[in-house]
Amino acid sequence: MQSLASPTRHRVAGSERIGPYTLLRLERGGLEPGVAGQFFMLEAPGRPLPRPFSLCLAPPGELAFLIDPIGPGTEAICELEVGDEIRVLGPLGHGYRLDVERPLLVGGGIGIAPLPYLAEQLGGSPPVVLGFRSEEHAEAAALFPSAEVVIDPVLVTDVLPEGYDVLACGPEPMLHAVADLCPDAQLAWEAPMACGYGACYGCVVEIDGALKRLCLEGPVLDAQRVNGRYRVPAVSEEAVSA
Amino acid sequence: MRILNASGCLDALAAPEVARQLDAFVTKTVTPLPREGNAPPRIAETAHGMLNAIGLANPGRERFVADHLPRLRELGIPLWVSVGGFCAEDYAVTCSLLAGIEAIELNLSCPNVDEAADSAAEIVAACRRASELPLYAKLSAAHPDIAEVAQAVAAAGADGLSLINTLRAVAFDRQLRPALARGSGGLSGPALKPVALHAVRACHTETVLPIVGMGGIQTGRDALEFAACGARDIALGTVLFADPGAPSRVRVELASACEDAGVAKPEDAASLAKTPETGRKVPA
Repeated sequence: MQSLASPTRHRVAGSERIGPYTLLRLERGGLEPGVAGQFFMLEAPGRPLPRPFSLCLAPPGELAFLIDPIGPGTEAICELEVGDEIRVLGPLGHGYRLDVERPLLVGGGIGIAPLPYLAEQLGGSPPVVLGFRSEEHAEAAALFPSAEVVIDPVLVTDVLPEGYDVLACGPEPMLHAVADLCPDAQLAWEAPMACGYGACYGCVVEIDGALKRLCLEGPVLDAQRVNGRYRVPAVSEEAVSA
Repeated sequence: MRILNASGCLDALAAPEVARQLDAFVTKTVTPLPREGNAPPRIAETAHGMLNAIGLANPGRERFVADHLPRLRELGIPLWVSVGGFCAEDYAVTCSLLAGIEAIELNLSCPNVDEAADSAAEIVAACRRASELPLYAKLSAAHPDIAEVAQAVAAAGADGLSLINTLRAVAFDRQLRPALARGSGGLSGPALKPVALHAVRACHTETVLPIVGMGGIQTGRDALEFAACGARDIALGTVLFADPGAPSRVRVELASACEDAGVAKPEDAASLAKTPETGRKVPA
């Protein structure tokens, strides 16, 4: 993990639309890409708080993030242009365990964000199943050389093959459904976060039966550690695709 | 001028390198019994600040003293323990259990718990009887006359003031639902700074107690404005979330802000602030 000092400034190297999402590429500078599933806090221009994003891709000399513009902060980040600079802190939190025998990557919507980098770290082109709410959102499947893609009302859990080590990221209902089918899955969760390093106590979810900070415990957790006493309806504002 | 953290805005055990930038670390508020805190969502951003409704999540005083305090001491930085409760006795008993720390901050003003506390002066008096440690009373600017409360806690034996706590506020999401599960929460961040500055100035005028000023401080210049209002020390809260290097940064910026203002040290800014600008007739 990056030592906790002031976030460093990074120039935008590229920003391209993929369906409704934006793939933002930043010059890496001195930051390490970390382990897939870890996250970075990106400054949201003009807003008081940064936003958490898991790393999507780690091209040479760059860090790339997939962003869904769903609120003022994420919109401001998507409007960044090449040459603009933003402050970045990370990598933070705990990513996926990569020591799995038969990986299967499962993503839903913006939850596909950490999977391209995860596939790269796992090596060997693991199978990928992706679910989207529309054809437009499904354009983001272009980030993967080959993936099985389903579109609502078909769900990823309708097509999950058996016998794999599932590594998933997506909306809460999808993660709960995956957990029911695959109790040994590794799941990347999201929650509103102000800091990303355990200071704000804002990102608690129920982990091991108690409210714990997702930024410190996760965001990737073994499926059996999370159950549903508190279900956040949906991340309402800026989300936080950590 | 010392730089502290605002209570509840830093976990020194999770981020010791941030705590070590401070002149003293202030703990999250400790209550008699363990509290899990409020259900999520607990935070929401606003245009110029944020709301939180954490709900005083803490391990309770017994586990705090037995487990957390020894680990905090290992960090080797001065400690302030924030104490909360629902009656004077709650506060006093916790104070009596604390030793080997620099000061106690009495949280007399958390907007995120339901129970109404006894009067500030009664709580301070009970704690005064229970502990010889320096007692800082943390007050809310929601009171119509905060200087009156400051005088009351001074008379009851407080050694200092922490000004200010968050202000109760509400925010909505795009579907017009309250953004926090609790409905309302405490507003912090830059939006609070003018309110905090006024509170510090009012209390500094009416009491001789040393003041830790806080509320929306982002830069060294902000810190100097608190000094100009009479704050002896300052605390950083919301800014820590966006910038874990803020204590070191603000300390450096404060030195150059003093230089820019033509004062040798922050305390000297107080004399400048006593003379309002009267020449300018149009907004700058």
